[in-house]
Amino acid sequence: MTVTEDLVSYEDALAAYDPVMGLEVHVELGTKTKMFCGCSTELGAPPNSQTCPTCLGLPGSLPVVNAVGVESAVKIGLALNCEIAEWCRFARKNYFYPDMPKNFQTSQYDEPIAFNGYLDVEVDGETFRVEIERAHMEEDTGKSTHIGGATGRIHGAQHSLLDYNRAGIPLIEIVTKPIVGAGAKAPEVAKAYVAELRELIKTLGVSEARMEMGQMRCDVNLSLRPIGEEKFGTRSETKNVNSLRSVERAVRFEIQRHAAVLSAGGKIVQETRHFHEEHGSTTSGRIKEEAEDYRYFPEPDLVPVAPPREWVEELRAGLPELPRVRRMRLQAEWGISDHEMQSVLNAGAIDSIVATIDAGAPADQARKWWMGELARRANESGTDLAAMPISAAQVARVCALVAEGTLNDKLARQVIEAVLLGEGDPDQVVEQRGLAIVSDDSALGAAVDDAIAANPAVADKVRDGKVAAAGALVGAVMKATRGQADAARARELILERLGVQG
Amino acid sequence: MPGITREEVAHLGRLSRLELKDEELDHFAEQLDEIIGAVARVSEVAGEDVPPTSHPLPLTNVMRPDTVRPSLTPEQALSGAPAQEQQRFKVPQILGED
Repeated sequence: MTVTEDLVSYEDALAAYDPVMGLEVHVELGTKTKMFCGCSTELGAPPNSQTCPTCLGLPGSLPVVNAVGVESAVKIGLALNCEIAEWCRFARKNYFYPDMPKNFQTSQYDEPIAFNGYLDVEVDGETFRVEIERAHMEEDTGKSTHIGGATGRIHGAQHSLLDYNRAGIPLIEIVTKPIVGAGAKAPEVAKAYVAELRELIKTLGVSEARMEMGQMRCDVNLSLRPIGEEKFGTRSETKNVNSLRSVERAVRFEIQRHAAVLSAGGKIVQETRHFHEEHGSTTSGRIKEEAEDYRYFPEPDLVPVAPPREWVEELRAGLPELPRVRRMRLQAEWGISDHEMQSVLNAGAIDSIVATIDAGAPADQARKWWMGELARRANESGTDLAAMPISAAQVARVCALVAEGTLNDKLARQVIEAVLLGEGDPDQVVEQRGLAIVSDDSALGAAVDDAIAANPAVADKVRDGKVAAAGALVGAVMKATRGQADAARARELILERLGVQG
Repeated sequence: MPGITREEVAHLGRLSRLELKDEELDHFAEQLDEIIGAVARVSEVAGEDVPPTSHPLPLTNVMRPDTVRPSLTPEQALSGAPAQEQQRFKVPQILGED
């Protein structure tokens, strides 16, 4: 199936239209068991080995909600500055599709557990407030494998195979209010929001929120309205946009596609669209069902959830320091500019730097090694900085060896290289590779004498008082010792030998 | 008494992925109309002072600890499946030829 879409350039689209976004993010909670039954949520189990009558929707089975699932939902709501419902119910969302063996998804409809919040995100040093409509509890669907289609896709498939291990895993769906006023920055705001939400979820410890594992998935609603127009246009909903980069690309693509349709006098169809990672484009999916088509009604098998206020306040008091607050605190503690902080964030270095400081390194040194040598090597090898095979403690030890004068920066880089190659801890590497600075006078003295003998003209200049020329001799000593000389001590010895005062 | 129209039955049929013949539409429309009428009589006796009730018992916060309990074996889980393949439930083509 090839669909080519007419697009207008992003700049032209933004010159005529104002984008409005709505983001729906599903987070799979990291609970041990499913939302409404005691089946394990462990990944990678054989197909249909983690099901029971409840999550298979067999007659007579009764769901009971997972206490940790509810607690996680409240924590997420509180961290998103939401109000927490005093009383709320689950609802059945009825639809017939084989990924849900019950023929309905247990969700929440008009009584979400958390509502009316916000999340502040930074884009280009500016704070943008994304308002949260609601966060509600629901459950995941089973996993379909489509057989017989050319590419394993649903189109052209002869039949499908269902594994219900995932059916019933707790999900929290977080829905924003319409995001207006982002203008040309809409794609970046969307990406920044999802990134911030992911950090928040990880910090709360309720999910690992790994997008590449499907633990966090984003649906992007987008509409355009002519600039100056109040009323929202018709939206499309791009489903399952599953990386930060894809969120940005999906928004950008839909802005360009909508603008092309609208400026040609056409109408946007309210539909779901599929995102294609390989091209960064979307194609038409099904025509969106209306809410009434889901025939929501209160779930009679689950009693209402009424979080006691004391419990909610206990959870609020127990929230960890949230990512944005922590970033602001660290930036202040480290005394660095917005720009430098942004570089640290972009490099994904913040946790590594903090851990290195915790292991005893001064902040500026920890930052210097992670943002310099290690970031460069990570970049070259296409590895995440945090996944580099060196620990914070090892980096902290390198910092300490530099501080005590055992290593200079050049030698420290060699030590880091060796640690990354798996040659052991910094101290072992220094020992095995013989990398420590040579500063004892007898060993250095020979190198200094050689350097003076080999460069008589330079030596004469120094003798005549051109002390700056000594640099060339220091360079010769460093070269002869392959960088292991203590440069300051070498300079002292050279000047002493040549009878000059430093 | 607002009844259910033939078109609404056809719509429900589509949502339920049921292929209904013309005479079935008439048949179900009549039956559903009667059921809805019977249920609607409840509204006639419920006054303003009677709130809509979804749960008969005044219970809240019935929860379960997050503790794993044994699941069915895949064989048990699949025992009622009309068709299976690769230890999975086998279902007919999901989308039409469109």
